[in-house]
Amino acid sequence: MIPKLMQSMALPARVEASRRQFLLGALAAGTGIAVGYRLLSASPALAGEAQAGNDSHAFSPYLTIGGDGKVTILSSQFEMGQGSYNGIATLVAEELDADWSTIDVKGAAGNIPAYGNIAFGGTMQGTGGSTSMSTSWERYRKAGAAARAMLIAAAAAEWKVDAAEITVENGVLSHPSGKSGGFGAYAAKATTMPVPADVKLKEPSAWKFIGNAELKRFDSARKANGTEQYTIDVKLPGMLTAVMIHPPLFGAKAKSFDASAARAIKGVVDVVETPRGIAVVGEHMWAAIKGREAVTVEWDESGAEKRGTAELMSTYRDLAGKTPAAFARKDGDAEAAFAAAAKVIEATFEFPYLAHAALEPLNAVARRNEDGTIEIWGGHQLPDVYQKLASEIAGVPVENVRLNVMKTGGSFGRRAVFDGDVVVEAVHVAKALGFRAPVKVQWTREEDTRAGRYRPAYVHRLKAGIDADGKLVAWSDHIVGQSIVAKTAWDGMVQNGVDPTSVEGANNLPYAIQNQTVGLTTTDVRVPVLWWRSVGSTHTAFAAEAFLDEVAQAAGRDPLEFRLSMLEPQSRHATVLKLAAEKAEWQKPLPEGRFRGVAVAESFGSVVAQIAEVSTDGNGIKVERVVAAVDCGLAINPDQVRAQVEGGIGFGLSAILGEEITLTDGKVDQGNFDMYTPLRIDAMPKVEVHIVASSNPPSGIGEPGVPPIGPAVANAAFKALGKRIRVMPFAKSLNA
Amino acid sequence: MARLTINGEIRDIEVAPETPLLWALREQAGLTGTKFGCGIAQCGACTVLIDGVATRSCALPASAVGPDQQIVTIEGLSSDATHPVQQAWLALDVPQCGYCQAGMIMAAAALLNSTPTPTDDDISAEITNICRCGTYNRVRAAIKLAAETMSASRKG
Repeated sequence: MIPKLMQSMALPARVEASRRQFLLGALAAGTGIAVGYRLLSASPALAGEAQAGNDSHAFSPYLTIGGDGKVTILSSQFEMGQGSYNGIATLVAEELDADWSTIDVKGAAGNIPAYGNIAFGGTMQGTGGSTSMSTSWERYRKAGAAARAMLIAAAAAEWKVDAAEITVENGVLSHPSGKSGGFGAYAAKATTMPVPADVKLKEPSAWKFIGNAELKRFDSARKANGTEQYTIDVKLPGMLTAVMIHPPLFGAKAKSFDASAARAIKGVVDVVETPRGIAVVGEHMWAAIKGREAVTVEWDESGAEKRGTAELMSTYRDLAGKTPAAFARKDGDAEAAFAAAAKVIEATFEFPYLAHAALEPLNAVARRNEDGTIEIWGGHQLPDVYQKLASEIAGVPVENVRLNVMKTGGSFGRRAVFDGDVVVEAVHVAKALGFRAPVKVQWTREEDTRAGRYRPAYVHRLKAGIDADGKLVAWSDHIVGQSIVAKTAWDGMVQNGVDPTSVEGANNLPYAIQNQTVGLTTTDVRVPVLWWRSVGSTHTAFAAEAFLDEVAQAAGRDPLEFRLSMLEPQSRHATVLKLAAEKAEWQKPLPEGRFRGVAVAESFGSVVAQIAEVSTDGNGIKVERVVAAVDCGLAINPDQVRAQVEGGIGFGLSAILGEEITLTDGKVDQGNFDMYTPLRIDAMPKVEVHIVASSNPPSGIGEPGVPPIGPAVANAAFKALGKRIRVMPFAKSLNA
Repeated sequence: MARLTINGEIRDIEVAPETPLLWALREQAGLTGTKFGCGIAQCGACTVLIDGVATRSCALPASAVGPDQQIVTIEGLSSDATHPVQQAWLALDVPQCGYCQAGMIMAAAALLNSTPTPTDDDISAEITNICRCGTYNRVRAAIKLAAETMSASRKG
């Protein structure tokens, strides 16, 4: 079903002619993606999204303006905390010359031609790969500019003046004659004006919002007063709440279950079976939780994964010592270069499964409406996929599945799933109840930790050859672990046996190493895996940058100088390394008891260098300070770029210091935050973020702050403790 | 049935006595600013004030709270989000996804009640909530900023 699904999704989406009529407006130059669609009649869903009743005027699938002047941007990109809504609002507000205080952003879905992610080829909507700003950069600026032109045209017609004489500032249209008015007064008329065939975007020198470090997030207040609405907060008339009982082993199936005791509990409404597990349905969450404790399930574990972490990692280590099954890079003649090298060093790095552990446990709400449409509230990171899957389960046409894209309490990749997990569950449970009531499926923390989708475990075997001058002449990296995309709808990404998400960050090292190979052996394990903030670079950058430090040491060279010697002086990598080194005063000795490490990594089009400073009590380390230098192209919201790098450092550090999912006989050992232990404030280092001034189009920032922190800290830890950190999390290396 | 004083208002809430206060607040009292993150008092997303003390409501039975105890949720911290901690949060753009932030703000408000000028060590010891987005440095800075404004207003 899934490959078929993707095939159908690769086609242009059906235009919902009955509900929405679009007229092609302008085309985004160079991208081939249509923007500026003209929305002639807003659908009820759209009106709902705009939440402005009958006085909401749709300029395009990208924005509406209310009679009160309120600008509501409809975002193709999903908000999980990374600030995509704020970035998109900045682009629209800039070209619209809007009043920032009137801006709101809502998630939108169900219109692939308008919302398809350009970085994904435009054929599907989705948030991932830190692409939200790059896909929106032209699209949403043009949407803002087109709306501005239409507002001006409306005012010019009404005032009977030349449109060229009208100026716009801060949400107000003005004419030298003294005539002026807010957007709200002209919004209705403006939507009857011709959509400009093309629009001229502002010169950077005219920008007020883009690049403004003082601009505050439009959504901070609602997050500070508890009014922001997440999926967990959705409450519908008559809504029931369900908790899941998932199989205890990956690949196990329910054989039978006994819910008689559960049904006797007050507030338990029903217990139903779905293809993904048993759902205990209650009038409210507590009843469902209590009911779940009373259900007994017999599982068929015949097809389940029963191996534990120790066995898997042992297998991976063996494989890492053998010839790779496939190669992602082969430059020069590595074998000959190793043979000729003055010195050869080798090391093995091990990385565990990691949980996303977003603070809002997975959830979704499904309802069948009176008109037969299916409506789903959730963190729809891949909306088209969920719409399609829901339509198949519910037996309704795709266009009759309406998605409400909710803001989400973190995701880190977890809500971009091929099989729609919790979204699919909500539809299954609603269906099992005969659609008699809306249902919220709410996972507990234990379900969120144990029911799968992890950063895969990997082993890297690295080897380097140095010549007599201390020059790195040969390099090989053999990566062993599961593929994220194999056997999924994204299977086509695997080319010549290489899943690019397994090797990214390893097969694009920036260093001038004449002879190098990057090999991959993909393992077959039934533990469900997924992209986890910065994906392949979570392990590839660690292995490469930590091992490079070992090579520098073996060559007797300074780790910064060693890196720079293999980079073009004007390259982005060299630039961020030099900037970080300057700000961290790399050349200056540190006080007694402090130690430094450096790392640099490119991911999602951005390059980040970090210098970590650690202290030690002789046994462990404490990360005291991190200086980061970032080239992410043009920084749309500089303060949010800083926030993402600060957060990325916290996220990456959390993993290497204390996160690990382990399995015993196939069963996940961790369940809650007592066992799976994210970083808390006491372990968060001071962070300084320096942004390289750039006029290049924006590249990623949600993820690129993550990869360098691990190796930078590991390299500093070696200086502090004399031990190489090669097995994650750190405690495993320090106690070894 | 539980009789609770929430944000200054006495309310009779229809729940089984062992129901955690969190769910009584969210589902019966309709105050959804307080969040569910773990259910075992580990993450702090469910933090409310009970008689001014930061309390994790997800593992506390509603029946364990007396009718004369003052429960304050994020909705009751200030009538219009003007509590100095909330103001400091806005000044420094602390939230990312925002999900943990209500609990974080309540924990910060409680800390400043008991320790008006917290040191870094005080903050590290008392603010043990999990923020998966990693807003910790801004949380720390915002607590210090709020401490300053609260101190200035006391002096002023």
